[in-house]
Amino acid sequence: MADERARAPVADADVCIVGAGPAGGIVAHRLAESGQNVVVLEAGPRFDGDRREQLEAHVRPGLDGPWEMGGPRDAFSSSGESFYPLNAARVKGVGGTTLHWQGMVMRLHERDFELDSRHGVGADWPLDYDDLKPYYAEAERELGVAGAMDNPYAPPRDDPFPMTAFPPSHSDSIFAEACERLGLDMHSVPSARNAEPYDGRSPCVGYGTCKPVCPSGAKYTAESHVEKAEAAGARVIDRARVRRLEHDESGERVVAAAYTTPDGETHRQAADQFVVACGGVETVRLLLLSESDRHPNGLANSSGVLGRYFMDHLFAGMGGRLDRPTRQNHVGFNTSECHQFYDDTEPVNGVKLEFLNYAGPSPVIDALHADTWGDELLEQLDESYGTHISMGALVEQLPRADNYVGLDRETTDDLGDPVPEVHWSIDDQTKTALSRANEVQASVLDELGVDVEWTVGPDNTGPAFHHMGTARMGDDPDSSVVDAECRTHDVRNLWIAGSSVFPTGGAMNPTLTIAALAVRLASSLRARLS
Amino acid sequence: MRLTRRDALAVLAGLGITGGALGLSTLDPTAADGDGSSGDRDPAETDLLATMTAAAEVVYPSQVTGVGEFVETYVTGRSRDASRQAAMETVVSELDEIARDWHGAPFADLAADDRDDLLRELGVADSEPVPEGNVSERVRFYVVNELLYAFYASPTGGRLVGIENPIGHAGGTDSYQRAAMDGGQSDVNAGENDG
Ligand SMILES: Cc1cc2nc3c(=O)[nH]c(=O)nc-3n(C[C@H](O)[C@H](O)[C@H](O)COP(=O)(O)OP(=O)(O)OC[C@H]3O[C@@H](n4cnc5c(N)ncnc54)[C@H](O)[C@@H]3O)c2cc1C
Ligand code: SF4
Repeated sequence: MADERARAPVADADVCIVGAGPAGGIVAHRLAESGQNVVVLEAGPRFDGDRREQLEAHVRPGLDGPWEMGGPRDAFSSSGESFYPLNAARVKGVGGTTLHWQGMVMRLHERDFELDSRHGVGADWPLDYDDLKPYYAEAERELGVAGAMDNPYAPPRDDPFPMTAFPPSHSDSIFAEACERLGLDMHSVPSARNAEPYDGRSPCVGYGTCKPVCPSGAKYTAESHVEKAEAAGARVIDRARVRRLEHDESGERVVAAAYTTPDGETHRQAADQFVVACGGVETVRLLLLSESDRHPNGLANSSGVLGRYFMDHLFAGMGGRLDRPTRQNHVGFNTSECHQFYDDTEPVNGVKLEFLNYAGPSPVIDALHADTWGDELLEQLDESYGTHISMGALVEQLPRADNYVGLDRETTDDLGDPVPEVHWSIDDQTKTALSRANEVQASVLDELGVDVEWTVGPDNTGPAFHHMGTARMGDDPDSSVVDAECRTHDVRNLWIAGSSVFPTGGAMNPTLTIAALAVRLASSLRARLS
Repeated sequence: MRLTRRDALAVLAGLGITGGALGLSTLDPTAADGDGSSGDRDPAETDLLATMTAAAEVVYPSQVTGVGEFVETYVTGRSRDASRQAAMETVVSELDEIARDWHGAPFADLAADDRDDLLRELGVADSEPVPEGNVSERVRFYVVNELLYAFYASPTGGRLVGIENPIGHAGGTDSYQRAAMDGGQSDVNAGENDG
């Protein structure tokens, strides 16, 4: 009972934020700190306690996944040529998908904001790198980024990173020999992971399980912003699934968020301003579910582009064996990457190369899946561990109107609401860029004398789990959903935080840009409230 | 290659199980030989330790010594979770019953080869580990995989296959930078260095 009372709406809320991932968490913290009465409604639970249960759930076969994803609450459908494994690509809970994420955080390059004017493809953003630069710096402080100014291809920056970079791995030094001969540059990977104590969290202690869980708290999760928001007075209601946003008669203002709690009760949270921060897929679903006479195609969708231009980054990779120890799987993150081909025009899609520190199997995980034990198992592990080496890459997918997130009205979730439909395919241009990534990877591995055992390229690629582009930002209300401040063109007090608003996605993991835009959104919103 | 109590404590620390009591109970000289004969344990717990140790002797590589002390420390730590202890005791008593049926003696009293045969004949090697599954699946989950996890997530077990900082062990951020395993002792406190 007490539990359910705790899920009742908050009186006199200035701002209602839907979703407690990094986008919602940062906005909540900023606004609560500046004295606004903030309420956050989060569909998933709080994962309390230490993270050892999740560690075990990850390492040991036979247990449910660490973050309880994939039940009837999370039903979805996937259409289009390529299956989209949505529930592997998100987490619902306080902290959002950063509970599971890897934590590589790069700024987009300057060209990413101007692909159309520079190269005649994709779209321009209504803001450029310089507009976002100070917010990127703030976002790096917010997340706690360890990095170094050793990347000549990265966009200009004014300040050093908040923490020094993690030193390169032994396996990076193996790659370095080949890269040097081939004229390929290697640089450190900016990491939202403590290289030293930061923001009250531990430094990395080397559990090696960053994705999907960091038991030490060294990896940033948005739980830290949610906690800070609560300390500044925000109310965070977990297991509160927002099902509709309701507007006034004019259709120009949202007046309430209708949400359902675990006891089956539906409540209405009123507020002056609403921020939707549900991730690239659920954000669209919520707006589409909120259709009305005034907004027959979904809330804030007079342009008809809501849900369209869904993009992800595609993975390209290659790996095999060397004739010497490669020292993999000590830590769960990478320490070197290469942006050298990122700004190329042939192909124009961005390509970011990665040198992996977790190539091949981990002996402990292999042992738990083996069909033997004793000396026989030891022999198998001796053979399977020790000499693997691999490269990865993220490849840009350009926005296309026929990749979209919609509603599958035939299929409903456990509350009876239509599930999201992800309609996704991979175009030929993206496939060409994947081949290009494979080409560079092959040249490096060949130079090293690696016996290549596997390739992920145009024919068997998969998504990197970065949902972008479904509520694109632009100056023109006829062709975009939000303006450069991330406020919807159609509804004056409705804002969208998250990668939905990206007009293009580059090939950089999106969350630093999400965080920078969230910081920016918070200051625009604050200005309107005061 | 010798397993130590420190190894078991390191794995337990990775699972969030720390504290002096673990060290104390295993410092009891009557318990240190790992035969489960320790004075004031209840019989189910004694059987559990004896059976887990007997299983570890076949599940671990033959060159490994120090199994008794290691398993006792580890299982004692895991038993702090009463429901896990109950599930382990149940499956261990079922295993004993099968051993009595097939070989006329409890599992721990069988020759090592017979223990190995029994587990294989029970289909444990090919079974999925399922905590709520049939007896073979539960033996896989609560006995074999529990023991394999403890071993290969420990610094000494990891070293045997070339990794002194295995997944699940908070072995710091130096090892990934090194070209080869250092010769050093496992650092049992590493897992407590968190916040
Ligand atoms: C395996 C994996 C690895 C990743 N690695 C990286 C990486 O290295 N670098 C990087 O930059 N990014 C990475 N990402 C992506 C990163 O996690 C996301 O970009 C980021 O979490 C998005 O933040 P967000 O706040 O927009 O959405 P989310 O973090 O997804 O949070 C959205 C929240 O909204 C809630 N919500 C949804 N619908 C509703 C509703 N109707 N009512 C109430 N609440 C709702 C959800 O429950 C969720 O908690 C990775 C993702 C995955 C899956
Ligand atoms: S290696 Fe990853 S999981 Fe381990 S402490 Fe560091 S950040 Fe956390």
